[in-house]
Amino acid sequence: MTVRMRRRTTLAGMLLAACGTIAMPLAGAGAQEPIGALTLIAPAGPGGGWDQTARALQAAMQQEGLAGAVTVENIPGAGGTIGLAQFVERERGQGDALLVGGLVMLGAIITNGAPVTLDQVTPIARLTGEYEVVVVPASSELQSMQDLVAALRNDPGSVAWGGGSAGGTDHILAGLIAQEAGVDPSKVNYVPFSGGGEALAAVMGGHVAAGISGLSEWVGQIQAGTLRALAISSPERLEGLDAPTLRETGLDLDLVNWRSVMAPPDLDEAERAALVDLVDRTAKSAAWQETLKSKGWDDAYLPADEFASFLQEEDARVTGLLQTIGLAK
Amino acid sequence: MGTLSQLMGGFTQALTFANIGWCLLGTVLGTAVGILPGIGPALTIALLLPVTAYLDATGAFIMFAGLYYGAMYGSSTTSILLNTPGESGSIVTAVEGHKMAKAGRGAAALATAAIGSFVAGTIGTALLTFLAPLIASLAIAFGPSEYFAIAVFAFAAVSSMLGTSPSRGLFSLFLGITAGVVGIDSLTGQSRFTMGFPSLLDGISIVVVAVGLFAVGEALWVASQPSLRVQEIEPVKGSLWMTRGEWRRSWKPWLRGTFIGFPFGALPAGGTEIPTFVSYTLERKLSSKPEEFGRGAIEGVAGPEAANNAAVAGVLVPLLTLGLPTSATAAILLAAFQEYGLQPGPLLFLTSGDLVWGLIASLYIGNLALLVLNLPLVGLWVRLLAIPQHLLYGGILVFSTLGVYSLNRSITDLVLLLLFGLVGWVMRRVDIPVAPCIIGLILGPMAEEQLRRALSISQGDLVAVLTRPLTLTILILAALVVAVPPLLARRRRA
Repeated sequence: MTVRMRRRTTLAGMLLAACGTIAMPLAGAGAQEPIGALTLIAPAGPGGGWDQTARALQAAMQQEGLAGAVTVENIPGAGGTIGLAQFVERERGQGDALLVGGLVMLGAIITNGAPVTLDQVTPIARLTGEYEVVVVPASSELQSMQDLVAALRNDPGSVAWGGGSAGGTDHILAGLIAQEAGVDPSKVNYVPFSGGGEALAAVMGGHVAAGISGLSEWVGQIQAGTLRALAISSPERLEGLDAPTLRETGLDLDLVNWRSVMAPPDLDEAERAALVDLVDRTAKSAAWQETLKSKGWDDAYLPADEFASFLQEEDARVTGLLQTIGLAK
Repeated sequence: MGTLSQLMGGFTQALTFANIGWCLLGTVLGTAVGILPGIGPALTIALLLPVTAYLDATGAFIMFAGLYYGAMYGSSTTSILLNTPGESGSIVTAVEGHKMAKAGRGAAALATAAIGSFVAGTIGTALLTFLAPLIASLAIAFGPSEYFAIAVFAFAAVSSMLGTSPSRGLFSLFLGITAGVVGIDSLTGQSRFTMGFPSLLDGISIVVVAVGLFAVGEALWVASQPSLRVQEIEPVKGSLWMTRGEWRRSWKPWLRGTFIGFPFGALPAGGTEIPTFVSYTLERKLSSKPEEFGRGAIEGVAGPEAANNAAVAGVLVPLLTLGLPTSATAAILLAAFQEYGLQPGPLLFLTSGDLVWGLIASLYIGNLALLVLNLPLVGLWVRLLAIPQHLLYGGILVFSTLGVYSLNRSITDLVLLLLFGLVGWVMRRVDIPVAPCIIGLILGPMAEEQLRRALSISQGDLVAVLTRPLTLTILILAALVVAVPPLLARRRRA
């Protein structure tokens, strides 16, 4: 079976691709010659964050005429590690494919002991970020992050944290908070829930003491007053959210749930430069900036070299933490 | 009165020429994706999002509403005619529905499914219209320990689905539970029984097992018969439509199914599968002709089909009132809300009331459109059964393979499909029922996961978990479900 044969274009993708091909000669006039065909691999099912990122990139690249036919392919499974493994194996040395990924993938690689890691891909850019919010139900006795930390120091097991999958961003933040508070992260009573709604329901119903999630998922409940935000994991306060940063509450850390694009391994310098340039132009384009605004994503753009060193630091921090928690083998 | 006038406002917004067009498009698309196993409403809406970005919000949501209900309609069609459930909520429908189809009552089964879905969808939407805030606040009272109790209750309630021989039924049940624990353990992140295959890390899909056991197993079984002519199917025996007796036997199950399905849908971890099991068992116990169950009883189609559609309506309750997505489709709808700059959550009704009422109104319209679309098609659909056996089953194999492959485009899923097909064939040969296997697959992991979550929250105190008032109440109900029928039977004999 050849690689190309397995690529499926969705109906939507085909429509957009068709529009893109027609619009390209006009929009691309005068610009550098665009990359012909590009495949964006979203290592998750349709609808999730990585899929939305891939489809938004596709739309921006085509609107701006930066690339010819851009297709999105979903390879879901195991926190993105299945898509990563297939990407590395299949696209090695080919300069016409990009993989979308992020912090969750880093965590999944470590917890699953995945054979293929992010060392094997070529970092291209960090694109977006979302900050994590720590909440309690409105009826909770805990009024501030300091109260929560005090309860945690007093008896770590008594504070049940609700959030997303084991080893994911929410779990990582719970561990980092404990670590900064001087509590053994392996004692953290983290309860993973599947699906966005279930964790939210558990927090709203008061079944867990505190909850952690990406801000956008819970901001409606925070604004309505059913949840109280104790802290946000950003380096500075966010507009429109009445909550201190973790640093302000005395915990020396910030965490962003970043999403990025990576290229296959073994590219020659020209191929790598072309992809870096393509993503750089896309990230700075009006279409992409418009998408960030409409989706409420934070612009966390880091170009290739800076992203590569960020990735190394982040990998060390997350691996160390997950080992302490006991999730990494 | 306030609610009614707002609903009327919603209707005026939804009933424009263009919006009715979107509604019809949604229902047709929904029916189509429901028919194909693997492709569900969540995936379809996700793929449509970039296209609908060019539409106004009302039009887009009206289309999604049609699609959402439509998928449940389409799925029952293939369950009944081809023994191939397209969504996990229609698995139970296949049990009696396909037997009816083989006995020449396929059209009646399709009709009772369509009308039952309409009744349930409409009542469910009405409950959503008038009782949503109340139900939503009750729903979040359910935490992990209550879900564990619900799983126990469901196990107890469906014990009669184990079949005539308890040992065979239990064997099948445990086979399902075993398949259910394969994959990453959600609480510790460790992989279990994956035998080193990374593609098994996400577990075994319910649809793959159901299609394997039901459709592929059946196809293999038919193919292994000495003569394919053994099982000549007559597409229509008697009237094409439901007889008066069938109407009489259907209307109560529709209503009961609705009231079982709706609350389950509203629960954040309820789902559409459990209410179909519960409804099936209830109808079997209440039926005037229990001996027909297992050979094509119409109550066994009418109840579960109403239950799954009512559950689908129930899912919208926490979504619209609390901003709580309780199914994959609801999560995508939530993403769609955000796409239009709407912040789903407790304030949605206040900030975007017009849109929400337009959406609710379009649910009523979508339901009616589906009934109008599906009833005339019944006669056409049953023609499928007139296809010669070898071609029909060959077609079912192609169709189910295609559907399962489209799920994740994974070769592993295809291997699993064939494997479970073989298991299904063996089970038919040695007369082990296949339905308990599906029950184990759905309820086993749920019971385990929720119990462990509850234990984690209570720091290992099992007594504290089991004595929470709501948990204890449900567990006592479960005990009664098991204990009362035999006691009643004994007294009757005495």
